[in-house]
Amino acid sequence: MIASLSLILLCQLAGEVIVRGLGLPMPGPVVGLLFLLLLLLARDRFVALARGPLQQDGVENASRGLLAHLSLLFVPAGVGVVQKLDLVAEHGIAVAVVLAISVVVTLLVTVATFLVASRLMSRGRSAP
Amino acid sequence: MSANPFSLWVYLSQSPLLWLTVTLLVYATTDALSLVTHRHPLANPVLHSIWIIGAFLMLTGTSYTTYFGGAQFVHFLLGPATVALAVPLYENRKVVAAAILPMLAALVVGSVTAVVSVVLLAEAVGLPRAVVLSLAPKSVTAGVAMGISESLHADPSLTAVAVVLTGIMGAIIVTPLMNRIGITDFRARGFAVGIAAHGIGTARAFQVDAVAGVFAGIAMSLNALVTSLLVPLAVTLLVR
Repeated sequence: MIASLSLILLCQLAGEVIVRGLGLPMPGPVVGLLFLLLLLLARDRFVALARGPLQQDGVENASRGLLAHLSLLFVPAGVGVVQKLDLVAEHGIAVAVVLAISVVVTLLVTVATFLVASRLMSRGRSAP
Repeated sequence: MSANPFSLWVYLSQSPLLWLTVTLLVYATTDALSLVTHRHPLANPVLHSIWIIGAFLMLTGTSYTTYFGGAQFVHFLLGPATVALAVPLYENRKVVAAAILPMLAALVVGSVTAVVSVVLLAEAVGLPRAVVLSLAPKSVTAGVAMGISESLHADPSLTAVAVVLTGIMGAIIVTPLMNRIGITDFRARGFAVGIAAHGIGTARAFQVDAVAGVFAGIAMSLNALVTSLLVPLAVTLLVR
């Protein structure tokens, strides 16, 4: 468990080092995600890597544990709204309306694109 | 027993222990209530935790900084949780590979829509530039969005609030919306909510359908990558 968490933190740390070191325009944890993904894929290719947290579902279980309560992790940031009450009073309704419309538009456009692309693909396959 | 209950309160209200306990306890309660209502969209545990904790802070005159002293231990886990998204991506690599083209198309179109729609709408209603910049990355997970906001010299704490608000809205609206327009492909439904409403939407998708949850998780991690590249570009092109 500790080794698995260390591996996750290590990936994040490596991500931060690379992002800061090279001045990349992306957040460290995203690069960390890529590292962990590559590590898991490499483990299947090279048996020598399958040790410690990379065996017996170690890092997989730790990750599942973290992701099981994903929405809890957003609570502290969300409570930050108490600091923004002046902004809420001034622009609150406009911000809420803008976010709500943007969410609905994004949901509809994304789901439509997925379905259209998926239909075009299967038609392309079944066509001679 | 303490001679003066007030001095005990003064001590506890400054300690991380109290605020970490309050955060977990309130979330555990709202999550249990959400379960009792069979995961009704409006019983969203994040939404209700936020207003209950916020009201408690205001009633006790506690500053957000003091509260965050305890809650930071939970907040810190957003980074490792982003890294952990590699695991559902890895475990579903076959499903992902099979649906790679629709996913890539929906990813690109969806990410662009999420960023462009919010920037254009915010400018149209005349919000100040600092607010527009802070809203731009609202569809990605909090840790990533705050990083983007920081690199734009916007207000990361405002971005965090916008991210959470977006997530809650997406999680509440997705099921009734998709049912209304008759979408039955849970891969597409999950992917859409992952793009539009990141982790809170993904948590919602897992409650509704396992396949939807997996696709939401994938969409959320891919969106974190695309949006961090897209927002600086969109902001240069769109914000006056």
